[in-house]
Amino acid sequence: MAGIISFGAYVPIWRLGEGTKDWGSKAERSVTNFDEDTLTMSVAAAADCLAGLDRKAVDGLYVASTTFPYGEKQAASTVATAGDLGSSIFTSDVGNSLRAGTIAFKMAMDSVKAGSGKRVLVTAADVRLGASRSDIERNGGDGAAAFLFGDTGEAATIDAQHAVVNEIIDNWRPEGETGVRSWEDRFVFQEGYLKAVGQCVTELLQKTGLKMEQFDKVILYAPDARRHAEAVRLIKADPKKVQDPLFGKLGNTGAAFALMQLVTALEEAQPNQRFLVVNYGDGADALVVHTTAKITEVQKLPRRGMKGFLASKKAVPDYADYLKWRGMFSADSGVRRPAGGGPSPAALYREQAEVLRFQGVKCNKCATVQYPPQRVCTICHEKDNFTPIRLSDSKAKLFTYSMDYIAGTPDVPLVISVLDFAAGGRAVLMMTDRDTKEVKIDMNLELTFRKLRLAGGIHNYYWKAMPVR
Amino acid sequence: MAESIRDKVAVIGMGCTKFGERWDKNQEDLMVEAVFEALADAGLESKDIQAAWLGTTGGSTGQPLAQAAKLEYIPITRVENACATAADAFRNACYSVAAGVYDIVLATGVEKLKDSGMTGLAGGGGGGTNISPPTPPPVQFALAAQRYAHQYGYKAEDLKKALARIAVKNHHNGSLNPKAHFQREITMEQAITAPMIAYPLGLFDCCGVSDGSAAAIITTPELAKHFRQDYTLVKGLGLTVGGMQGRLQSQYDFVHFEENTTAARQAYQQAGVKNPLKEIDLAEVHDCFSITELIICEDLGWAPRGKAPEYILGGVFDLEGELSVNPDGGLKCFGHPIGASGLRMMYEVYKQLQGKAGPRQRKNPTLGLAHSLGGTPGSFTCAVTIFGARD
Repeated sequence: MAGIISFGAYVPIWRLGEGTKDWGSKAERSVTNFDEDTLTMSVAAAADCLAGLDRKAVDGLYVASTTFPYGEKQAASTVATAGDLGSSIFTSDVGNSLRAGTIAFKMAMDSVKAGSGKRVLVTAADVRLGASRSDIERNGGDGAAAFLFGDTGEAATIDAQHAVVNEIIDNWRPEGETGVRSWEDRFVFQEGYLKAVGQCVTELLQKTGLKMEQFDKVILYAPDARRHAEAVRLIKADPKKVQDPLFGKLGNTGAAFALMQLVTALEEAQPNQRFLVVNYGDGADALVVHTTAKITEVQKLPRRGMKGFLASKKAVPDYADYLKWRGMFSADSGVRRPAGGGPSPAALYREQAEVLRFQGVKCNKCATVQYPPQRVCTICHEKDNFTPIRLSDSKAKLFTYSMDYIAGTPDVPLVISVLDFAAGGRAVLMMTDRDTKEVKIDMNLELTFRKLRLAGGIHNYYWKAMPVR
Repeated sequence: MAESIRDKVAVIGMGCTKFGERWDKNQEDLMVEAVFEALADAGLESKDIQAAWLGTTGGSTGQPLAQAAKLEYIPITRVENACATAADAFRNACYSVAAGVYDIVLATGVEKLKDSGMTGLAGGGGGGTNISPPTPPPVQFALAAQRYAHQYGYKAEDLKKALARIAVKNHHNGSLNPKAHFQREITMEQAITAPMIAYPLGLFDCCGVSDGSAAAIITTPELAKHFRQDYTLVKGLGLTVGGMQGRLQSQYDFVHFEENTTAARQAYQQAGVKNPLKEIDLAEVHDCFSITELIICEDLGWAPRGKAPEYILGGVFDLEGELSVNPDGGLKCFGHPIGASGLRMMYEVYKQLQGKAGPRQRKNPTLGLAHSLGGTPGSFTCAVTIFGARD
């Protein structure tokens, strides 16, 4: 029987909220740092989902989002490589709809059922960007969810699914624009959201013979808190059984939103519980998720999950910082030097183990771990006798650091860190998501996949250090 | 059996341009200025030069030196070895004379930095993948400063005081030098409160970025006597190159530079120096940053580990101290045109040994040292060159 065998999430550490000057609202929403995007969040959620599991067993990957970095160039191939998955796997991006997450969910499920994949990973992530001061900005959030599907050891099964399509221009983003547009509210919600959700849930109940009271939890996508409450009334769900959609804490994370709520529900679930999951976008998806006795075991995997990530947060100091991070407001960067060129795709391709997988090597003779990979051992001079070792998920400690006040990056002072890995080896990396006051020699660090820069039309991704979350 | 270079070659002429923002001079102008000063100093003409070495990090061949000095169809080799570029050009020139294949050779270093638009030296490009963190030199050496304070238990403000004292000293020495880029004294207060560049290094912890050129003419001690009586003798040539050991090996401590200690060991051994603090009168060292000078003083054996701040604050390395460090103002004030700096240092040592250093003159020096260090903590090129006055 095919089902969910693990799950995970990622929420950026940053929140717009009470602690943010000029944000103008007590309600919090999550926002990505300037060096994060859909792709980096997908890598983080995938790592959370696969914590404690064999990454090489994954044989399929669907990456869902409405905000991919490239028009042509797959995100899933980068996520697979940075996630240190194997290379003989099927990868696909699923995009263009807010429903992309549940669409990928269905595709992964179907592929395991059909036997074309044994361990299929799904990630869903979005950076929700609206015009400055718009409702979309205020109610939005950034985040990611991930699920691993398989045919053994299921923590939850998908008992039924139903989809409806509704051709409508309610929220949309034309090619080349970064902010989501919206038609008039009353039309958008009455003819779009509420209509599709109502139809989809009614048809699912008819199809399965289930009644609303048979669900232990109801998980609903909604553009904002008001429409969420309207949808709950419309489908006659018991408000006590409705999963908290986290408006005012996380915000609407687009393609990831419903699935991040499902992760929360699974983190808290008991065995043999039935969840209704409803997602929206160009129609609607409804799923019946049913937990098994295995759920308690799977809950114990070493993931941070929604609970861990939501608890770990920092306030964006100023709304202007947020605008700068999103490129909506440009401050003088302090850079006084000519701009550099882009990276070489040939070099990036060649050095993938170092750059994306963040693999070092361990000498088979003297056991010294070295990063980046070497041909000749720095200690015993043994040649070409190494075993690759993934360091991206190794704990690390700060050996020394400096803070560059004229770096010209959005996070001046730029913290440069020399870190020593618990697994052995040393690396010099930028530090992100840090408060300069907490930076101290011997502090505990972990790695996080980030976008270094966009140059020559190439999004250059690599790893940074960050204080342990 | 290999022999020491000691007393096998002599310097009979040197030249050095004024360092600074030489907006009106190009690379050729700078070389002409330095090379013709050196030729005049030795009483030679360009046709007397039999082979030459050109040290520069910008360029790709030996031809610019031939074009500038109008050297006619002689062998010229361009050398590049980070900030030790000029020192290595000099070293190769010395060996050619010691090998007996040439009588009179020229070593020149030049750098025209101010056409680049950079106010500081650029950070690591990161090769083709462009993933290296943007770590321009101040950041790299700040890593050492942070670790130094941690390892030896200095409070940030106490280490900063010792670093400021280095800047104050070098500015004082530079104020006595008409060829220096910066010729203005500064106070401890100014050095300590200057804008932060890369914590804990502030503006006055960082050396200047300058245009400049320097040159030396080298011959055998036997021939040297025919040119002048106050020639100087090369006593030792140390050079070591790191292989990124400090980045790959987590036991590396960031508070010493192994390339310094090994290059100094070579040079001291060749020169027969046993107690460097007592025997060496003056040293021009690679003070790209104040912390670098501090660590060099320990690495080269002039102060015990962890104690350099006390020695510095105690005036041991002042112009009148036991061992004058950077009497010409150092990289801090004389400036740092990368490929020229090593020969600029030798220029000061040469003038000091001849008693021609003006208001900076040390009393009867007999042994002087020039030290160049290029790279970053974890992997450097280091050159240590020792000169002695004629016996």
